[in-house]
Amino acid sequence: MIVASHLTKRYPGGHEALRDLSFEIAAGDMAAICGHSGAGKTTLLKLLCAVERPTSGSLVVNGQNLPALKKRALPYLRRNLGVVFQDQKLLFDRSALDNARLPLDIIGLPSREAQRRARAALDKVGLLAREKANPIALSGGEQQRLAIARAVVNRPSLLLADEPTANLDPEAARQVLELFYAFNQVRVTIVIATHAPQTIPHPTRLLTLDHGRLNA
Amino acid sequence: MKTWLRQHRAALGHALQRLWRAPLNTLLSLVVIGIAMTLPAAGYILLDNVQKLGVNASGVQEISVFMRTDASDEMTGAVEAALAERFPGQWRFVSRAVALESLKTREGMADIVESLPQNPLPDAFVVEPQASAPKALESLKDSLAALPGVAHVQLDSAWIQRFDALLRLGRLIVSLLAAVFAVGLVAITFNTIRLQVLARADEIEVARLIGATDAFIRRPFYYSGILQGGLGGLAAGALILLGLAALQAPVERLASLYGSDFALTGLALRHFALLPLIGAFLGWIGAQISVSLALRQMEQGNA
Ligand SMILES: Nc1ncnc2c1ncn2[C@@H]1O[C@H](COP(=O)(O)OP(=O)(O)OP(=O)(O)O)[C@@H](O)[C@H]1O
Ligand SMILES: [Mg+2]
Repeated sequence: MIVASHLTKRYPGGHEALRDLSFEIAAGDMAAICGHSGAGKTTLLKLLCAVERPTSGSLVVNGQNLPALKKRALPYLRRNLGVVFQDQKLLFDRSALDNARLPLDIIGLPSREAQRRARAALDKVGLLAREKANPIALSGGEQQRLAIARAVVNRPSLLLADEPTANLDPEAARQVLELFYAFNQVRVTIVIATHAPQTIPHPTRLLTLDHGRLNA
Repeated sequence: MKTWLRQHRAALGHALQRLWRAPLNTLLSLVVIGIAMTLPAAGYILLDNVQKLGVNASGVQEISVFMRTDASDEMTGAVEAALAERFPGQWRFVSRAVALESLKTREGMADIVESLPQNPLPDAFVVEPQASAPKALESLKDSLAALPGVAHVQLDSAWIQRFDALLRLGRLIVSLLAAVFAVGLVAITFNTIRLQVLARADEIEVARLIGATDAFIRRPFYYSGILQGGLGGLAAGALILLGLAALQAPVERLASLYGSDFALTGLALRHFALLPLIGAFLGWIGAQISVSLALRQMEQGNA
């Protein structure tokens, strides 16, 4: 599913966030990327969803070599990924339901179908009762679950999540991680960045970053 | 194909919603655009009417061919033959005797005419040619003046030429005005669309991250520009109709004072269709420039 070799990312300004990473993540894996703050976890996820480009090395996701992709091809790549961002990036000018259906509107699904599938996604994360609520009126855990609903609404085979439990109390964190586990059970490949790898249920793969390098 | 239609419909819907949600801004933009389009359009209508007025006036255009008083009957006959050949049915002969009679009928002229020792008036032909362009009339005059026995050909062409030059100047001014206002309209759209794009920076960023194409992101803004320009064009049409309605009666009263049946002509229906079309086109251009620039700035800001 994911094959990285000699992956290096240097930000403009010269800071080397990732240095010479080589690893594989298989389809169906529950992978945890851990490491101290500033280790490069977010950077790695950004490379995986082609928000940033590697400075050198190759990175194959879903059979496509990302660094070689044209800019025009990126949207179609991203449609096959689900991403839960570290800052969630929910839109506060619309309801939870409209947030959840955004990926479907983007691919031009008929409105009724989009509505139906967005509801199903909200149901899965336990937010159907709050579908009309503005995300600002949701609790931290609920917002996180809404971000997950939006990430899975187009049924991706790969789900990336950046510190999805960072600001949650233990109970809310457990609920969110259970969700990921449930998706993993139906063969969705999961990659979670976290600094508490021990909380990840049944990880099949553990990548530890230390100052941009991979610790075996 | 179906998906494509659906996405366009959705984008149009969003654009309408945006206009609807900020009614005051929308109204102000529409008024500004409407006025910007009204001025040149009114200019064209004005010119159109002035030209019609001119054509009406030059409809009574005449060329008078005066014979020398000593011209022989043969000479007069030759001129007559030439006119009969070149302007069949468009000329008449006014003999010196008839001319004198008609002079007598004028107020206060009878006594003067009586006191004349002999008839000082020449034979004359009055030609009403169909050709009316100033140049054609000029060359007509020259060819008539070259005929034997012709003393003088009088053509009221100076007036026509002046009128023509004035009309041309008017057209140039209106065209310049139209160009200036077109640039203005593009600028107005540029500004409003730019504000819209910046206000939606979050949404654009998120949409990009979850797989929106560039076209998807731009589409609603293009529709906003097109709608704004098109509706502005409609507003301009309405303003012009109002203006014409207000002017119609006074113009007719003025015309009747001059014994004319002149009436204002407004825009034909296809011109009314043209106003929103031009507005929509200019709005689309403004939106295009604006969105490209704003998106590039946003990208640079993120990097
Ligand atoms: N856009 C950027 N430009 C320059 N440097 C950056 C940029 N983003 C991250 N960095 C640097 O790269 C390094 C890795 O950052 P990254 O965000 O990947 O860390 P992280 O492991 O996600 O940390 P955290 O746990 O705090 O989220 C950091 O030193 C950071 O300062
Ligand atoms: Mg991070």
